[in-house]
Amino acid sequence: MGRLTEAAAAGGGASAARSAGPPPTPLPLSSTSPGCTATMASSEEDGANGGASEAGEEREAPGKRRRLGLLATVWLTFYNIAMTAGWLVLAIAMVRFYMEKGTHKGLYKSIQKTLKFFQTFALLEIVHCLIGIVPTSVIVAGVQVSSRIFMVWLITHSIKPIQNEESVVLFLVAWTVTEITRYSFYTFSLLDHLPYFIKWARYNFFIILYPVGVAGELLTIYAALPYVKKTGMFSIRLPNKYNVSFDYYYFLLITMASYIPLFPQLYFHMLRQRRKVLHGEVIVEKDD
Amino acid sequence: MKHYEVEILDAKTREKLCFLDKVEPHATIAEIKNLFTKTHPQWYPAHQSLCLDPKGKSLKDEDVLQKLPVGTTATLYFRDLGAQISWVTVFLTEYAGPLFIYLLFYFRVPFIYSHKYDFTSSRHTVVHLACICHSFHYIKRLLETLFVHRFSHGTMPLRNIFKNCTYYWGFAAWMTYYINHPLYTPPTYGAQQVKLALAIFVICQLGNFSIHMALRDLRPAGSKTRKIPYPSKNPFTWLFLLVSCPNYTYEVGSWIGFAIMTQCLPVALFSLVGFTQVTIWAKGKHRSYLKEFRDYPPLRMPIIPFLL
Repeated sequence: MGRLTEAAAAGGGASAARSAGPPPTPLPLSSTSPGCTATMASSEEDGANGGASEAGEEREAPGKRRRLGLLATVWLTFYNIAMTAGWLVLAIAMVRFYMEKGTHKGLYKSIQKTLKFFQTFALLEIVHCLIGIVPTSVIVAGVQVSSRIFMVWLITHSIKPIQNEESVVLFLVAWTVTEITRYSFYTFSLLDHLPYFIKWARYNFFIILYPVGVAGELLTIYAALPYVKKTGMFSIRLPNKYNVSFDYYYFLLITMASYIPLFPQLYFHMLRQRRKVLHGEVIVEKDD
Repeated sequence: MKHYEVEILDAKTREKLCFLDKVEPHATIAEIKNLFTKTHPQWYPAHQSLCLDPKGKSLKDEDVLQKLPVGTTATLYFRDLGAQISWVTVFLTEYAGPLFIYLLFYFRVPFIYSHKYDFTSSRHTVVHLACICHSFHYIKRLLETLFVHRFSHGTMPLRNIFKNCTYYWGFAAWMTYYINHPLYTPPTYGAQQVKLALAIFVICQLGNFSIHMALRDLRPAGSKTRKIPYPSKNPFTWLFLLVSCPNYTYEVGSWIGFAIMTQCLPVALFSLVGFTQVTIWAKGKHRSYLKEFRDYPPLRMPIIPFLL
């Protein structure tokens, strides 16, 4: 799951038919539609489908190749600017806190409202995919945003004792840098004026940020385990009227385990995208 | 009689894989696939997808070369469908699993529940009834696979068996764990609820079977013909008046009956997931019926009368 959402295209990606400005190297993709570059750049398909994205995009969503209406463009531009601003505010707040207090303890508490607001607002990205103004698949966007919502609301918000863990700062930093890069990438793409360094940042920062974020998230969940076990929170036990049970502790263990297959897939998918966009490589994927 | 030339290119790389000359104009795609296998033995016909366009739909085995929109030199694009497995094998495996797994829990095989319950049985009648219903359901499915169904396709991709078995076996284990659990709570409304649920279950099982038989009779053995199904003298088939895929309607009905009978949330969730899947299939089937038959009865909905 692309927790760092470098892999998430959901944030109002470059409008389908428009190119993200002239790319510095000509891209000999076999795509037939103009601006496919930008689409490819911003519309990472589900990692498991890997390189099927290129052919898959064309086959799957011919409607999305239409030029975006004015309303959609205006909305998406506003949305991406707002999200860039929001995460910038978060970044600044975090830096100021650390400079004033010299410690990370209490940092989460001081920024939690802003974090929850902007991260939850990102649920809109699923709607963007549903109504087709962003070319990403709903499922991919859904998974990306859900994993963020999970971390924020079901872990850090709900399990107070772990809020001062170092691992929390780790993933917060990773998320913040990633989101600022991603949303400004989309903003500039929509405005048809993408500076190369933003594109460069988007396709290179993830190399470090993605593993860092994943590490932060996993360590945080791991730190939360003892509290979950002790309190039995979010769990249902037998016997009960509906003959069902749920153990949040084991659910967390399974969630942690699921990173093992998912993280490499998404990481390598981003690496492939990077090669395509930045180095103009034509990659022929094996049919799955 | 003019012969055709057929060149087969890889759909992804456009590499020329095979060149066939002197192909009969009335050759079918199936025959071309066989010829292709001769030069590339690792791709037997079920592995192959041939199309007129690299990103187009696959051509059918029965399509005849001269009826296709090609010149005398035809270019076909090849896609490797990957390892294949027969539908019958997949069905038998995915249905045998739940049958067997349910019984493991029912007979309280050791290590599943606490030791003091080893090899004991539940004191609730509904638990025994549920076991009979569940087992009957899957035995019925196995027998239908062997003797009733006539499949359009011979094979499906190999990875499907892992996906399907995980789904069926996983859900079966999850459901049966709770129904046969020593701490199982019987339905709130007691015998009334169970009787009602059993009635729903039995009616829907009979209905589902009737539809399977009706569909089988539409299609002669060994053929792939498609016809519009119509109600017959059997009252269970009268649902054809209102839906295109009453077999799916009855199937969902059976599971709803089972969920009410056991009052078990995992069963309800399984019914919901199953309902979502068969609705997608029913809508697809309904759409292809509409496309293929101009005189398709307009009153019919895909799966739920008047609604869906």
